[in-house]
Order: sequence, then structure tokens, then C-alpha cells
Amino acid sequence: MLVLTRKNNESIKIGDDIEITVLAIEGEQIKIGISAPKSVDIYRKELYVDIQEQNSAAANVSIDLLSLMNQDKKDK
Amino acid sequence: MNLVTKYLGEVQVDESKIIRFTKGIPGFPEETDFIIMDLPDNNAFHILQSIKTSSLAFIITNPYLFYDNYTLELDDELLQQLEIEKQEDVVIYTIVTLKSPFSDSTINLRAPIVINSKTLKGKQYILNDNNYSSKASIGAHGTGAK
Repeated sequence: MLVLTRKNNESIKIGDDIEITVLAIEGEQIKIGISAPKSVDIYRKELYVDIQEQNSAAANVSIDLLSLMNQDKKDK
Repeated sequence: MNLVTKYLGEVQVDESKIIRFTKGIPGFPEETDFIIMDLPDNNAFHILQSIKTSSLAFIITNPYLFYDNYTLELDDELLQQLEIEKQEDVVIYTIVTLKSPFSDSTINLRAPIVINSKTLKGKQYILNDNNYSSKASIGAHGTGAK
């Protein structure tokens, strides 16, 4: 991993069109501003990982489990 | 074309209905082409089947069936990516994580599947605001809010 030290209001350029700026340092929190093209999706990592994990769990359903839905419907 | 599917065996699918997710979906970045199929005898749920990988399919549903006050805002980036021009062209689904018993199943309200029905472009749209859970209960018809 490339490690760079930056101060408040200093930036990092990634390629030609992404810029990351340290906007504020408040105790343990750092406020970061990101300028990027609209085609680039930006997420908090823990949220992205949560969605990845949820998708994997949803894809891992056995075929038998599918019958549950119809079972449930019949029960009602 | 004929397609071998996870849940329905080999079926005939209409190639003109394939939905393109240009960057795949989180966890499956190489899965860009999907088709939505109906489940036999079940109107509430559908199957989002990968074209490339027979064994990959998601159960999806209309989130409003379970959470009728579900609201989401589509940002400009998404409108541009999916070339959305009119609200009525937008179709929203949510991925279901099936559990046994069925009432323990959850739906992912945090990252709905947004489809432009005109262009057939789709995206799993992760909501950056913290109002909804990725594991909202399907059983308790609550608000879905955290």
C-alpha cells in the first residue's frame, strides 16, 4: 500500500480525474472530500462489504429452500 | 436462446430482455448480464438469473409488497449511468435472502436493484444514507428502518 502523509486541506490526486482532500481533522475523525467522475461509485467500505456479504448469502440459497416460499403461501 | 438456470432447469429466454449491469453487482463484479424470470405459482417473487453462470440466481421481490412506505432517492449519477429519463421507466426490486423458516428471510432494502425498463440497464444501488437495513425482516411487516 502506498502511504502518503497529508495535512489539513492538502490533497491527493489519483490519475487525472480523482482528487481526495483532507477537509477537517476532529479528534479521531477525519473528514475527507472526494472529487471523482460520476461513473465512479464511492462507498464507505463497511457498507460495501455488508452488501457483498448479503449478496453472497442470497446467492447461496439451496433449491430446496425455494420450496419454502410456496409452502408458506399455502399455509396462509 | 436456451439457458440452463439454477431453479427452473433449461428454459427458453428472450435475449431482448437481458438486463445489463455494466459493473456487475457487489461480490459478483463479472456478472453483468441477467434475466428476470417468474416463479411458477408465485406472483410475489421473481428470479434474477445470471446469463453467464447457471448456478447463480437471486430471488428478488418488489420491496413495496413488504414495506409500502419504502422510499429512495436516485441521485444524478445513477440517473446518468442508467440513462433514466422518466420516473415511470424505473423498476425497483430487492434481493431476498431466503431462510428457514421462511419468516426469518430478509430483504436488502439498503441496496435495491434499480432497472431502467426502457434501456434495460440495471444497477444494485447502494443507499449511502443509513435509513434502511441490508437485512430487513420479511416476516414482520414493520417499517424496515433501522
